[in-house]
Amino acid sequence: MKALAGLLVRDMRLAVRLGGGAPVGVLFFLVVVTLIPFAVGPDLALLRRIGPAILWLGALLASLLALDRLFAADHEDGALDLLLMSRVPLELAVAVKALAHWVTTGLPLAVAAPVLALLLDLDPRAMAAVTVTLVVGTPALTFIGAVGAALAVTLRRGGLILAVLVLPLTIPVLIFGVAAANAAIVDAVPFGAPFTILCALALASFVLGPFAAAAALRHGME
Amino acid sequence: MRLTARSLACIRSGREVFSGVEFAVSAGEALLVLGRNGAGKSSLLRMVAGLVRVAGGRLALEGGDPELTLAEQAHYVGHQDAVKPALTVAENLRFWADYLGGTAGVAAPSGALEAVALAGLADLPAGYLSAGQKRRLSLARLVAVKRPIWLLDEPTSALDAAAQDRLSGLMRHHLAGGGIVLAATHGPIGLTAATELRLDGAAADEPGREGGPPA
Repeated sequence: MKALAGLLVRDMRLAVRLGGGAPVGVLFFLVVVTLIPFAVGPDLALLRRIGPAILWLGALLASLLALDRLFAADHEDGALDLLLMSRVPLELAVAVKALAHWVTTGLPLAVAAPVLALLLDLDPRAMAAVTVTLVVGTPALTFIGAVGAALAVTLRRGGLILAVLVLPLTIPVLIFGVAAANAAIVDAVPFGAPFTILCALALASFVLGPFAAAAALRHGME
Repeated sequence: MRLTARSLACIRSGREVFSGVEFAVSAGEALLVLGRNGAGKSSLLRMVAGLVRVAGGRLALEGGDPELTLAEQAHYVGHQDAVKPALTVAENLRFWADYLGGTAGVAAPSGALEAVALAGLADLPAGYLSAGQKRRLSLARLVAVKRPIWLLDEPTSALDAAAQDRLSGLMRHHLAGGGIVLAATHGPIGLTAATELRLDGAAADEPGREGGPPA
């Protein structure tokens, strides 16, 4: 436990001291959300209707930004070798690293979502729905992304290949996240069903993600 | 405790790096791995550390902790120091002491910093350290966490004379306590009674033999 707590504190401390992660992610999120009205025009009714989808897409893209550093930094300075030689199972180490990454980059996106929702003229109910789905959905994105990050470490060309690998895997999370968020706008759509499936997807990613990422890291050490 | 390798082979990216490597090291003994660049010294150490797959032969540790794998009983100091520039010297060491130590065998990190003469720099961000100081911080792990097998890949690189003396002192102390040292090196590292293993194409295990350059 002490080892894992130490890893969590170290990764969060590094994220805070190096900067980058959270502020850049939130700024990128802001830029994406601001760009959409320029593209579709200042039609408030339309923006209100597609607002949750815009916020979800923005958060999805922003959460990918810093993901390639999840294992790459430790791989470059040799720390990954030592993580592999510890008595702590690599799966747990991966889960803790992903958790630290989510707290420092994913959670700020969910926190920023209500503010950005103002730009899209969402009402308070829709704002709350988007925020809740993002709080549940962004950890799922991080844990799915961890698998891609682990694969990208060994391929040695981070960013782009990571996005290509990870984005298709996030489609289910996106579908049910946006479906649940839309329920607050369109009365005919239930909130409970898609939100429950979103929670299930998140829980599945917490279990499968670390195992797949650890397997990719072990395989890639050759 | 005895670490033995029988006809060990290593294949990386489809190319055979070495094969038929044999050695045996007992508690209190050191093995120097010698050879030209690219002979597979680093690969051999990484193989013992469990970071490179054993392509052939057998690697066994007798008399170790049966609950733990070979890698979990070994310290590996490679070319990279695993030092985070944004953390202070003490934070770097404290993290690895907690992470590698598990439950037992963690000495006070301040003592480990004194052993590598970095105690005065404990609160400095590690990014300000020189290459030699980073290497010393990396070596402080060996003192902070007790593990019986030390795998050192050119441990003296970037170290000044005083630090090299201190490192040989640490290694002699480790050997006297029943430890095992495997070191890949090009020069003397201050261990007089060490067995030598040459990885020059056809590997040989003859103590003290002076080999010529590979044909």
